[in-house]
Amino acid sequence: MSNAKSLNVHPGMNLGYGEGEHEAEVKVFGFWVFLMSDLVTFGLVFAIFGTMTGATAGGPGPHDVTNLTSVSIQTALLLGSSFAFSWASLSMKYHEGRWRTLFYLSFAATSALGFLIVEGLDFMHWIEIGAVPQRSGYLSALWALVGLHGLHVAAGLLWVGAMTAQILIFGLTDTVKSRVTRLGLYWHFLDIVWVGIFSMVFLAGIA
Amino acid sequence: MNSLFGRLSWSDLTLLDFFENPSVDTAVASTASWMVVIGAILVLGWITLTRSWGWLWREWLTTVDHKKIGIMYMILGFVMFARGIAEGVVMRTHQVTALNGGFLSDHHWAELFSTHGTVMIFFVAMPFITGFMNYLIPLQIGARDMAFPMLNQISLGLTATGAALVMASLVFGPFETGGWTAYPPFTGAAFDPGPGPDYWVWAIVISGLGSMFSGMNFAVTIYKLRAPGMSYMHLPVFCWTALCTSILLTFAIPPLTVAGLMQGLDRLLGFHFFTNDLGGNMMNYANLFWMFGHPEVYILILPAYGIYSELTSTFAAKRLYGYTSLVWATMSIAVISFCVWLHHFFTMGQSPTINAAFGIATAIIAVPTGVKVYVWMATLWRGRIRFTTPMVYMAGFFILFTIGGFSGIILANPAINYQVHNTQFIVAHFHNVLLPGLLFAIFAGIHIWFPKAYGFRLEESWGKVTAILWIAGFSMTFLPLYVVGLMGYPRRSSAFEDPAFMPYMIVSVIGAFTLLVAFAGLVGTIWVSVRNRDRLAVPLGDPWDGRTLEWATPAPPPHWNFAVIPEVNARDAFAIEKVEGRPYVVPDRYRDIHLPPNTMAGFMCFLATTGFGFAMTWWIWWLAIVSALAVLVWLIVHSLRDHPHVVIPAREVHRSNQAWVEAIDLATPVTRDDESNERNRGYAATDMAEAT
Ligand code: HEM
Ligand SMILES: [Cu+2]
Repeated sequence: MSNAKSLNVHPGMNLGYGEGEHEAEVKVFGFWVFLMSDLVTFGLVFAIFGTMTGATAGGPGPHDVTNLTSVSIQTALLLGSSFAFSWASLSMKYHEGRWRTLFYLSFAATSALGFLIVEGLDFMHWIEIGAVPQRSGYLSALWALVGLHGLHVAAGLLWVGAMTAQILIFGLTDTVKSRVTRLGLYWHFLDIVWVGIFSMVFLAGIA
Repeated sequence: MNSLFGRLSWSDLTLLDFFENPSVDTAVASTASWMVVIGAILVLGWITLTRSWGWLWREWLTTVDHKKIGIMYMILGFVMFARGIAEGVVMRTHQVTALNGGFLSDHHWAELFSTHGTVMIFFVAMPFITGFMNYLIPLQIGARDMAFPMLNQISLGLTATGAALVMASLVFGPFETGGWTAYPPFTGAAFDPGPGPDYWVWAIVISGLGSMFSGMNFAVTIYKLRAPGMSYMHLPVFCWTALCTSILLTFAIPPLTVAGLMQGLDRLLGFHFFTNDLGGNMMNYANLFWMFGHPEVYILILPAYGIYSELTSTFAAKRLYGYTSLVWATMSIAVISFCVWLHHFFTMGQSPTINAAFGIATAIIAVPTGVKVYVWMATLWRGRIRFTTPMVYMAGFFILFTIGGFSGIILANPAINYQVHNTQFIVAHFHNVLLPGLLFAIFAGIHIWFPKAYGFRLEESWGKVTAILWIAGFSMTFLPLYVVGLMGYPRRSSAFEDPAFMPYMIVSVIGAFTLLVAFAGLVGTIWVSVRNRDRLAVPLGDPWDGRTLEWATPAPPPHWNFAVIPEVNARDAFAIEKVEGRPYVVPDRYRDIHLPPNTMAGFMCFLATTGFGFAMTWWIWWLAIVSALAVLVWLIVHSLRDHPHVVIPAREVHRSNQAWVEAIDLATPVTRDDESNERNRGYAATDMAEAT
């Protein structure tokens, strides 16, 4: 460990030495590229939503679908989940053993699950008031955007499940650490996208 | 029964069409359908008879070697090319009978141009360029493989899925009739509820994901796995174009995926993104599609430019003139290509200001393209040019592509565009850039790199005749269409009324048959060369006095590419080694090489996504669920297993490298004059010293 750079090759990981570092760097970088591409996807769905805000065809509009209490709870749960994930990453980095990492990870997962449940309740309410995607272009775009994000979160939860199994089986090996790091990137990324949805779909919708 | 097969029933089998309702039209459809079935049976039977299943599985289907994956992309492209060409010829034959009607039904004609366009763009052109990038990138940058070898295999699987779905549409039921762009609401459920547009949606979305992953993989490979000392400005030009293409793939495929999935939601679940009623807006589709569609044409053409650059400098035995400007031109094209998509729908009702802005942006792209053409000319200037087959293609490209480019500049002007929009002029233009631009590069590239991949050259005499046939066939088929386009003959029209078009149609159909012969020439070239492979063998690996690192390996290269990773300190690394008189570096010490193990991930994905796409097309819900779950479960199980590397022991690397270097030491270098005869065993005498 000659200098600070080699100490902290990856914020979030302290890997074994040698080849492992380079390999992890390539993978994390590759995942960033994927995330940027995914960001374009979200950006496009946002843009479509933007062009369709007025296309309610006489059906339910932003005021009918926005329940500020519910979205605030969702926001809190998702941000909380990200926060818990940061603790999981830190505990992983400083070698505090797998149980501690798993402990924080379980918080992150529960909180995200809570987010999905509250979001699901919203969806059910929308269906009750007839705000189904088949009703108008606006609602199609709304369901697609919010649903795409929800699907990402659900996929992330599956991934957390798979990582939990891997941590239990392999322990915090270099491979596992590098995967948790990428999962972390994904997790925080979904947070950022949600902030976009929260402000542009819900807040701006009723402003 | 009905629910087990969704909405698929016996009457959807095109095989039987002719027997139920005999006509010329159903004869063509049923023949195509039988050809798919019989072709598949023949191939499977042949593999079984020769007992090659084990070999196929171990050496090809489960391999993660980028070289073999690249070759499989090329084979996929070729199979689909045969279909695309056949369709093109059928269409031209229809057109020559189309004065006040033609021998095909309107519906069949519409299916033909839709499958033809879809196949050519997504399953011929894309696999070809992806195949080249796969094969060349790691070799040219001095790497052992891609950054993500397993993902690479999965990408191939996803591309094959799309091709399989389009092929399936020949046997089961109709394809869509809205062209390769599949514009809703024409392809929406209200107008066309049948499975045709669904085939398109799933083939395109699934193979699109494959291309996107390839793009990321190439980009990361070039960014991160370059040999020590290979700075960006030392990259071979092909890698530069590949890098820009990869960036385009990463960012331009998402609009296609989004457009496709939204179209799918509209059709399957009754959403209203692009419908006519309830707030749907088809302009959103046009924008999304062309946000992909325009960069797509540069995805295809940039690697072709890369091939032409390597070609000119190799066969003129000169350093590429103006490397830096070429790199900048490539990057500018990549960036500007995102700012011009609206020129595909000037006539769809936006303001003149917007049209003007996009028209200017479009015309601007011609500037860096012009730079490239001058760079190639300057490279050839005073070079020691050898008129080998690739140069014949280059010559055809130079003249014809310039014509195609000029017609593009004309189209960039919105006022003119209004006149020729959706006429045969457009058909002439895009075939003019795609055939001489893209395909000629691919064919030239095959002649250049085939010896690297297989260890023997392709027969020059056959190659030259074939090249000339392509040039002549192209000119006859498509140049007349400029004229009829200006005379007002619409595109995608199954019939015409003006007898004045007839002479042009006749020339054009003769051209189309010439192109068919040219394709046969291509197959013949390979066939004859395989038979003469001993005479044509170039095991030593450098038949053309190459300049970049891939030529510094035996032909074919070992699985691990390089015995030791080369160190690079200049452009054209291998050329410099040769000039300095120390090519073929022999390391003082060999090391074990670690390679990723074989995996069936790609094949699994291929099966599951094909099942999924087919199920979504025909509403076979149980199959859709099973296939989707299969991928998920497999992924999770895969992540829970250990995947030890395959280790190639240093001894083995040493043995194989030593044998090759000794063979070179024993050989005498072959001069330019003997390049095309059997004295060329792949050890080219270099006149780099004077030529660099
Ligand atoms: C033997 C060579 C070929 C022949 C005879 C041929 C012929 C045709 C014909 C007759 C059409 C329909 C024109 C119309 O709409 O009126 C067409 C459309 C098209 N072709 Fe080709 N073609 C050939 C090769 C290619 C190649 C190599 C590509 C691309 C790599 C290509 C891409 C397309 C595309 C994208 C369309 C537009 C389909 C649409 O309208 O949606 N073609 N071709
Ligand atoms: Cu364009």
